[in-house]
Amino acid sequence: MSKCRTYLCKAVLKEHFGDLAEKICLYMINKGCCHLRQIASETELPLDKVRKVLTALIQQNVIKFEKTKRGVVEYFVDIDVLLWRHRIPKFIHCAKSLYGDAAELLVEDIVYHGQIMMSKAVDNVTSKLNEALENAGHQKIGSSIVHDKFSLLAGSHFIRQCINGMETSEEELDERDQSTLYRVPPLHSTGKRKRSIDDSEQPAKRQKTDAPGDDGIYWKINSRRFHQYFRDQMFIKAISNRIDKRASTILQTMLRLSEVKTDDLCFTTQPLSFTEIFQAIPLDAGITRNLCEQYLTLMVDDSTNLVSKIGESGGGMFVVNIMKGLTSLCKAHLESVVQERFGSKSLRIFKVLLLKEHLEQKQIEEMAMIPSKEAKELLYNMFAQKFVSVTEISKTADHAPARTFYFFRVHMDQLARNILENCYKALANAMVKREAETIEHQ
Amino acid sequence: MAGRGRGRGKTVSFDVQALGFGRGEALPAANFQPPPLFPTQEFKPIPLDQNEDNAYLLALKQEFVAAIRKSPYYLKLDDRKRDIERYSDKYQLSSTDSSEAFEPDWRRLPSELKIKKRKNRKVSAIKPNLVARKKNAVKTEPDIDEKEIAKTLESLEKREETGVVDGEEMIGVKIEQEDDDDDENKAGGDDDNEEDIEGEYYDEDDLEEETDYAFNYFDNGEAYGDDDGDDDEGPVY
Repeated sequence: MSKCRTYLCKAVLKEHFGDLAEKICLYMINKGCCHLRQIASETELPLDKVRKVLTALIQQNVIKFEKTKRGVVEYFVDIDVLLWRHRIPKFIHCAKSLYGDAAELLVEDIVYHGQIMMSKAVDNVTSKLNEALENAGHQKIGSSIVHDKFSLLAGSHFIRQCINGMETSEEELDERDQSTLYRVPPLHSTGKRKRSIDDSEQPAKRQKTDAPGDDGIYWKINSRRFHQYFRDQMFIKAISNRIDKRASTILQTMLRLSEVKTDDLCFTTQPLSFTEIFQAIPLDAGITRNLCEQYLTLMVDDSTNLVSKIGESGGGMFVVNIMKGLTSLCKAHLESVVQERFGSKSLRIFKVLLLKEHLEQKQIEEMAMIPSKEAKELLYNMFAQKFVSVTEISKTADHAPARTFYFFRVHMDQLARNILENCYKALANAMVKREAETIEHQ
Repeated sequence: MAGRGRGRGKTVSFDVQALGFGRGEALPAANFQPPPLFPTQEFKPIPLDQNEDNAYLLALKQEFVAAIRKSPYYLKLDDRKRDIERYSDKYQLSSTDSSEAFEPDWRRLPSELKIKKRKNRKVSAIKPNLVARKKNAVKTEPDIDEKEIAKTLESLEKREETGVVDGEEMIGVKIEQEDDDDDENKAGGDDDNEEDIEGEYYDEDDLEEETDYAFNYFDNGEAYGDDDGDDDEGPVY
């Protein structure tokens, strides 16, 4: 793992879980899978403290564990989950904008606890809401409203059940099990209800000893589903900027239709027929059949290749090319970074390189229409900061510079990784700086 | 590196003009310093997008981090260097521990993570334990001693009784032997010599034993590492 990423992990751990967790997790990040005793002895911390940290962070989904074949339990840090903690406010905000305040509080409560039983989360949120409502002078609400929101969140896969790590591991789940992960248990299981009515003579005692109906079923947020949602929103926004609002409505419909059906990491969505798309478009968008057809052709012909036509049946089968869409979004991001860091003339060179892939210095100067000396300066500046790379192709075997072609090109993958690293570093630096400032001004 | 040694006399081995330097123009001096930590920015970054959504996200984040800092999941290292160990320390320990409120579901966690409930007891029980041990030590030692003394005394008494009898018998035997010796002495005057020889013989025996010892414990180092090498060399026949 890169240095910057570890540095960021360290900052996040310190901010969210304290310095004890920071020390232990940092050791684990550097080591990989570790045993309990190994962690305790290598970090020179008391065993009980290590235990405490591990339990707390397993609860927060940051640390995962696995039983090896020899029966030893090994622990490791899930770095993605750790870094995704930066997106928590976004997750909460997303839940609010989609399903309202109750859903917002639910997601907040689930994230706060990491893993929580439905009954507890619903109780917490109901009491919180009622407190707020009372202060505002409104009537109280019942827990069933909150439970409905919970079902909505689970139904759209924004939250999911946790797998009991003691019994099964994530890989063992097949498709059928995947779907059961989003099944919401009833708030009060009916069997229990009846019994408690029967035993109404001693209800207080019963309630205390009774486990809630969903005992042992813990829920956590499904970050991948949230990411999928953010990704779709990016596509919709991009298309609305590129074409117009109506096109984005059509794309939104397509993405909504395939939302829960397609896996979040696949390259293209499930194929959708024209009729399917047209029927699902909201009526108030004012899109006629003819218009819809035209917009779809427009999107297919667009250079971003976000939508493509894969067949003629059903009035035409369409898919959303997620991979291609992401690539063009990434390209746009890189271009904007170059624009902000090197100026628009450098961007012109950069764009020429993206378009033509391999170019010699002379060609760049000509195609970007920049005077030779200036073009060289701009190009070498980008080369020095690793935005542009050089391929040497020699005419002779001795690689003499005079007889060698120097082709400049942009390695998209490499550059994207570099910029991601820079982002990690910038974020971590900002966090460290903020920490230092708050300590200073306390 | 191709072309090495060819451009002798020049600073670079290729045509400098290709890089945009005119003929006779001086090349910039080599830079031996690391790049500056905070390079001057040619282009200032654009100001942050301050809309309502971002402000709300910021508020959410601050609220969330503040909440999680007070939660049982936030664990401090808590080993401030103290100048002296204070009497009150052990009572503060339990009150500052915020993680008490967090009760994980042990059905979902490896059992080795469970902290045994001896922590609190330890703190409260340290002192009485020590005292008890000391008291015990003071109490038990004399007990054992008395018993042992009584036992040893008894056994000694028994031994003395039997020993006296033995002694008498042995003395009897000795007397008989002396008698025999006397008889032998009377029989021949070479006995003294024989005894001397015997004495020498014993000395030799002692010497031999000493050399045996030396032989037994002499290690020339040949056997060293035999044990380790066993696996590689296969079975020893």
